[in-house]
Amino acid sequence: MTDATIEVDGLHKRYGAATALRGMTFTARPGRVTGFVGPNGAGKSTTMRIILGLHRADAGRALVGGRPYRSLRHPLRHLGALLDASALHPARSGRNHLVWLAQSQGLGRSRVDEVLAQVGLESAARRAAGGYSLGMRQRLGIAAALLADPPVVMLDEPFNGMDPEGIVWLRDFLRALAGRQRAVLVSSHLMTELQGMADQVVVVGRGRVIADCAVADLIASASGDRLRVRTSATSLAAAALTSTGAQVTETDQDLLSVRGLPVERAVSVLAAAGVPFSELAPHRATLEEAYFDLTRDAVDYRSGASS
Amino acid sequence: MRRILSAEWTKFRSVPGWIRGSAVAALLIALFPITGLGGGPPEQAAPIPIGPGGGPVVDAYYFVHRDLTGDGRITVRVAGLDGVGWAKAGLIASGGESPGSRYATIMVTGGHGVRMQHDYLHDRAGPEPAARWLRLTRSGDTITGEASADGSAWRRIDAIELPEATRIGLFVAAPQQTSGLGSAPGVATAEFGRPELTGDWSGDWTGHQRGARTATFSGYPTGASGGFTETGDGFTVTGAGDLAPATRADLPVAAAAGDLLLGTFPALIVIVVVATLMITTEFRYALIRTTLSADHRRGRLLLGKALVVGGVTFGTSLAAAALTLPLWLWVVRRLGLYVFPAPPGVLLRASAGTAALLALTAVLALSVGTILRRSAAAVTAVVVAVVLPYLVALIPFLPSAVGQWLTRVTPAAALGVQQTLTRPPQVDSVYSVAYGYYPLSPWAGLAVLCAYTAATFTLAAFLLHRRDA
Repeated sequence: MTDATIEVDGLHKRYGAATALRGMTFTARPGRVTGFVGPNGAGKSTTMRIILGLHRADAGRALVGGRPYRSLRHPLRHLGALLDASALHPARSGRNHLVWLAQSQGLGRSRVDEVLAQVGLESAARRAAGGYSLGMRQRLGIAAALLADPPVVMLDEPFNGMDPEGIVWLRDFLRALAGRQRAVLVSSHLMTELQGMADQVVVVGRGRVIADCAVADLIASASGDRLRVRTSATSLAAAALTSTGAQVTETDQDLLSVRGLPVERAVSVLAAAGVPFSELAPHRATLEEAYFDLTRDAVDYRSGASS
Repeated sequence: MRRILSAEWTKFRSVPGWIRGSAVAALLIALFPITGLGGGPPEQAAPIPIGPGGGPVVDAYYFVHRDLTGDGRITVRVAGLDGVGWAKAGLIASGGESPGSRYATIMVTGGHGVRMQHDYLHDRAGPEPAARWLRLTRSGDTITGEASADGSAWRRIDAIELPEATRIGLFVAAPQQTSGLGSAPGVATAEFGRPELTGDWSGDWTGHQRGARTATFSGYPTGASGGFTETGDGFTVTGAGDLAPATRADLPVAAAAGDLLLGTFPALIVIVVVATLMITTEFRYALIRTTLSADHRRGRLLLGKALVVGGVTFGTSLAAAALTLPLWLWVVRRLGLYVFPAPPGVLLRASAGTAALLALTAVLALSVGTILRRSAAAVTAVVVAVVLPYLVALIPFLPSAVGQWLTRVTPAAALGVQQTLTRPPQVDSVYSVAYGYYPLSPWAGLAVLCAYTAATFTLAAFLLHRRDA
């Protein structure tokens, strides 16, 4: 097993009466950005704390590069993590925050200046962290995660509170890390944040994995064999298409979703009926739609149980 | 461990409030005595007798004497002594008239048998406590004291070089009676047989209350007075006072060097706050997760924090106390206040002990902060544990046993490391915390705090290890 992996295997964790994890199992691999997605309370943060050896699992194990995190002599050289960007002493400067972390890993101060430059925080580095915006804190947290140049990077909800510019920067940054064969695990409760960035998604709900697959496969399965048809004459079009046995639903004004009909057939049917249309194409599900399809059961169960 | 230490030191020095707190604590130790300077020196009409050892003494007794030239001897039987405890009746060779002069005595006491004492500090018990025959012999410069149960078989107790002794005779003294936290003048009356004299004695038997105008003489009880009467077969002598090192109760207006470390209390509160925040802010800002994911050896982490805050506190407090204590002593003495003398070694011990006390309290606060994870609760708990027992021990209307017990078994026992007064065994006095006397020796008191700190630190390390972060 390469150094650049996180393996989570059968984690169980209870906090008093509440069960947080029920057999959480997945692997984050090198060269890939793995999205770790699920509604709030699904067990993402708990899993990450167990990976870092902060919490003890009741059962199961979590390995970083094949070893338990607690057995690592210089853990930040194996795994860089950002759990909570606001976990800073407000009176300590960002630079000093990185300096003590560097000292704890036996690293020099030159490395601190390197990562500060890498995240673009040099100008604010000597100011007290209490005055940082959330975006600056996120950058500082990412600098801390990268400090010892680890093969695995794990970020918990890094996009929270970031401005659009920051989000773009972070996506490119994480993609570049994966491009250098790092394993990147990013949690989010919003699938949209991962679209266009994650190679793999681990979808979790109620403490276990619901789906663990490549993003391309997930979208394909959620897209199904649907077509989208844009037309001003929706009722005419619907009548013509239904006559072929296809299922038609109106999803929006001037927009129909058609199931059970190849594209060529649909074009010829509409042309034969003389119905004008401005767009006719296979429907491509968003990652979010796929996610909602997957988590609906888990969410329903949760709201049902709590009501 | 070196990496943890350097990381924790960086954490400590990079929070300006903590550095300021440490500096303020040192300044409080250095400057707090200024709060006691108001009002000027107390009215002190009577002189304080200073003994040959340099310390203040009580030099007051009723003295019935003649003068001896050359070698000689005086022998007397003490037929009765109406007095308790350290009430004294016997023979004395006085080395001079000025208060605090040298002397040698042999005596019977109210409750401690036959003793031979000299020069205020030295006390030796006789081999036969019930002996009632006493004699002093001068041979050259040496005064020899002997006691006998029957007047024929004599046993030597001690011999003292005292070339200046000329005036020799009977004496009676009765120290202050202590009751609870107060004291009252004492008085004793003794029946002596007729003294047998050998050698060249001159003058008549004359009596006077010695030391009547000294600051350490507490006087006679209301209605009583000193004096002597010659009876058919001897003398009846009534006297008050003592021949002993002065205690704080004898000199209430004087100060002890340890009093000048009173800045310890405000400094302690500041240090407790800083040491507590070192760990509770980590919990508050969830920084503890970053810390523990950088190094999972949690016991060592706590040890690293303890060494940093303890080391900083010890260094700054020691510098503040050791540098300013001699300076304040000089200032206070220049202002006319009498301060019980303390040798440099004792001052250094009080300073180093104060620094150790504050460093240990810092580690205690760090440990309690780790256990409770809340700043306010932890600060309150530590201040209450360390300072409150001391304050309660100062309450005047509490039985002194309560104060002694509190400063023996609670962390406040460590304040005993600041005591610069010693408790002479041959003096019953008011040895209260308010007067600067502690039940335990300085290092034993510090050891009590050490034990509390070690136990709390162990519990904190255990909980930090066991709890999910």
